[in-house]
Amino acid sequence: MSKKAATQSSTAKEAHPAKKQGGVMNAILIPLLAVITALIIGAILILVTEKTVVNAWLHFFDNPGAALKLTWKSVSTAYGAMLEGALNPGGIVKGIGVALRGGGTQDLAVAMVPLAESLTQSVPYIFAGLAVAFAFQGGLFNIGGEGQMLVGALCSVYVGFKVTGLPWAIHLPLALLAGLAGSALWAMIVGALKAYTGAHEVINTIMMNWIAISLSTWLLKVGGPMARPDVPVTPPVLESAWIPRLFTTPGNRFHLGFFLALFVVWLVWWLLYKSTLGFQIRMVGANPKAAKYSGVNVKRLWIIIMGISGSLAGLAGTVQTLAVDRWVGVGFSSGMGFDAIALALLGKNHPVGVLMAALLFGTLKNGATRMQSVAQIPVDIITIVIALVIVFIAAPEIIRTLYRLRKGSISEGPVFTKGWGS
Amino acid sequence: MTPVLDLRNITKQFPGVLANDHINLTLEEGEIHALLGENGAGKSTLMNILYGLYNPDEGEIHIRGQRTQISGPTDAIRQGIGMVHQHFMLVPVLTVTENVMLGEEPTKGAILDRKLVAERIRELSRRHGLEVDPDARVENLSVGVRQRVEIIKVLYRKANILILDEPTAVLTPQEADDLFEILRSLRKQGVSIIFISHKLREVLELADRVTVIRRGRVIGETKTAGASQATLAEMMVGRQVALTVSKHAATVGDAIVQVNNLKVLDNRLQIAVNGADLEVRAGEIMGIAGVQGNGQTELIEAITGLRTVQQGSVKLAGQDVTNASPRRVTECGVGHIPEDRQEDGLVLSFPIYDNLIINSYYRQPYAKGLVVNQKAIEGQAGALIEKFDIRTPGAEVPVSNLSGGNQQKVIIARELNRPLKLLIANQPTRGLDVGSIEFIHKQLVEKRDDGVAVLLVSAELDEIMGLADRIAVMFKGKFTAIVDAKTVSKEQVGLMMAGNTLEEALANAPRSAVQQQEIIT
Ligand SMILES: Nc1ncnc2c1ncn2[C@@H]1O[C@H](COP(=O)(O)OP(=O)(O)OP(=O)(O)O)[C@@H](O)[C@H]1O
Ligand SMILES: [Mg+2]
Repeated sequence: MSKKAATQSSTAKEAHPAKKQGGVMNAILIPLLAVITALIIGAILILVTEKTVVNAWLHFFDNPGAALKLTWKSVSTAYGAMLEGALNPGGIVKGIGVALRGGGTQDLAVAMVPLAESLTQSVPYIFAGLAVAFAFQGGLFNIGGEGQMLVGALCSVYVGFKVTGLPWAIHLPLALLAGLAGSALWAMIVGALKAYTGAHEVINTIMMNWIAISLSTWLLKVGGPMARPDVPVTPPVLESAWIPRLFTTPGNRFHLGFFLALFVVWLVWWLLYKSTLGFQIRMVGANPKAAKYSGVNVKRLWIIIMGISGSLAGLAGTVQTLAVDRWVGVGFSSGMGFDAIALALLGKNHPVGVLMAALLFGTLKNGATRMQSVAQIPVDIITIVIALVIVFIAAPEIIRTLYRLRKGSISEGPVFTKGWGS
Repeated sequence: MTPVLDLRNITKQFPGVLANDHINLTLEEGEIHALLGENGAGKSTLMNILYGLYNPDEGEIHIRGQRTQISGPTDAIRQGIGMVHQHFMLVPVLTVTENVMLGEEPTKGAILDRKLVAERIRELSRRHGLEVDPDARVENLSVGVRQRVEIIKVLYRKANILILDEPTAVLTPQEADDLFEILRSLRKQGVSIIFISHKLREVLELADRVTVIRRGRVIGETKTAGASQATLAEMMVGRQVALTVSKHAATVGDAIVQVNNLKVLDNRLQIAVNGADLEVRAGEIMGIAGVQGNGQTELIEAITGLRTVQQGSVKLAGQDVTNASPRRVTECGVGHIPEDRQEDGLVLSFPIYDNLIINSYYRQPYAKGLVVNQKAIEGQAGALIEKFDIRTPGAEVPVSNLSGGNQQKVIIARELNRPLKLLIANQPTRGLDVGSIEFIHKQLVEKRDDGVAVLLVSAELDEIMGLADRIAVMFKGKFTAIVDAKTVSKEQVGLMMAGNTLEEALANAPRSAVQQQEIIT
């Protein structure tokens, strides 16, 4: 008994200086452990889907060495392929070696392709995740990323192939602007519906998704208003509206949009935490009644929040089409708008957190492709790993219990007492 | 006899605050023990430790002589400790019975046995005078009855130690009296009660013993027999406290607010304000007296632009502000201390310095154009924290970490810190300790002397009687009488609050000092 009390008092004494660390711990350690744990579980799943490995384990005592070897081989092939496909550290080191020995940078350039591709794939995730996180900060749940992306992509692509004869410096901004405006307006409809009729944004953003998808199906059907006469995709975007790619190595699609994404991360952070608009948005998100009391026009703000959130989601579609695809086809965004919710959750609705989460997503997804082609592991394993990461982030108790982590402080737990007396 | 509960050397450190510093407290069987102390003294923290919500850093808890540890609320209940929080933890759409059985549902086969629970509730309410209809839905119950449901919930789980944290803060005086009856009956049955309140009168009336805490330490313990409000106040604050307000006669100026034939609906779309007329002039304190729920809150919300006016008009310094936006009303020079601080007045997750500017963030010097001026925001906080004695380790602390009374002081500091023409104070001292009340009262009087029109709403008749220059009695959405405060007695106002006319009240209740004098001269 007394021993228990003693340990308790010592932990509690540490609790004071640990408070600030507690915040950092939660911000970095828990996501990190979540990813590692998810990858471990992913490895187990890889193993149980491989007949030879399962067989070896079933006859473990006949030949323990073989079972362990098979296990290691299976996991290392899969994750090795993933690592190679996503980051290719070995190739890069080799490439640097060759370059240093005066062998030219060609090898290095080729070795950089997987990393560049991971970053490229992260770009739409960054924008889409920011969209959800931003709306969340204002207390709105934007599930309409899917539709907003589509509208953004369609608008910018339309300007991209329809408007001719403009120089790049005008055509590209125009196309971007079209995407921003289109997706913002599209989302603002939902904000206005909430403000003036009280209709819930969750329902309406979902509805608007279906409208956007149906609209695009009609626009893009063979011979449709925006489609080519022979295939259900738009004509290609003119070169004058391209977001430039930065490398000429074949397969390297890394483009300027990545830096735009970084800039927008900063912009959203600034908007939320440094501008008066952000102050209002966070206030409405945290306590709409207090916001009203302090003179904020909550209804108008809902429309603005949806507009900005929508245009962020729109950028995901716009940048992807102007930089990578350079045309839009039916079923363009499949699922990105929903992944965005997970990203916001993973990033704790903070712009920098979302950036990290998006980089992780892009890397994992990119690596998964390679894993499938080399080790014949279905891409779904990575989908499961991502889902597990989300579960662990949403329920940090699991990670805390698993790794015997202490709770940072009480204030982060649920608030039990609230009121005059507390 | 071994005490029911014995807390020894309880210590709890929060970042920058030693909330409990080796606190000792004993609770005897069948005793009502009051816990008294300034805002932020550490009362709620101590009770939350006892209820298992916080772990103490040091110290021991003994229940009936047995050393024990309390790992959480469920464990606390298992060990016979029940707590009634100020904001009730009830599910509004469920019935009383369902709320009581929540978390401990008896079943008959796979079916919930509501009947059994309802029967036990009836039995409990009979035994303790806790009048409650087990089948009523909680959302339709008044605050006082909801509190009874909370108490029943605790008793249903067979608690014999009952903690009440400022239970009377949101009760009408009548409801508070009912609560006291219930608590006395519980005491008779052997339940031991810890009772937190800032109202010294209540403490003296109800408690057997008082423990006074100041800045986390026990300052003293005394029997209530033989103690007086003045001695308790002095123990608490460490100096003499003026329990009454001193003020000069008012120098009254022009009308600042004019409310004309106002009609306003409440949340259930029933008429709450029904043709109210009121005028408050510069340099006077107008006190609105009335039993809660007679339209006071709706009236205030209508004046401040938070609620739609159906009919009639509101004028501020000559300008028509009927249905104007809250922002416009604020910019006319109106300060508003709202009734529900956590719901309307504060963004709990924001730091103190942000909460001090939630209605002026867009203006110089807190904003430069569209950019927040963090330096200016943080810069002014220190002075206000100092002036209003907000007990906190720093201005960056989220308001949710402050004690209840200190949260209230944040709002008051914010609202009094602007140039004002009209100050609306709705329950301004709710949850404040006597020292702070003294300070706030002084501030209100000072504002009045500066020529601000002050509109005061309070459930504390003493506060109205002590502060107001004129008293407007509100009954069923109308002002039934507006009188000079000096010419009426507390009893007379009480009668009018219950629906009597001024004439009836004057005829049927003891007279005020001025009236007495009129008779003599
Ligand atoms: N969760 C928390 N985190 C940090 N500090 C806290 C927390 N809870 C309370 N405190 C601090 O501990 C001190 C004691 O707070 P407590 O709520 O116990 O006061 P109290 O006596 O109940 O006051 P009041 O009469 O105003 O309700 C205060 O200074 C408060 O700021
Ligand atoms: Mg308290």
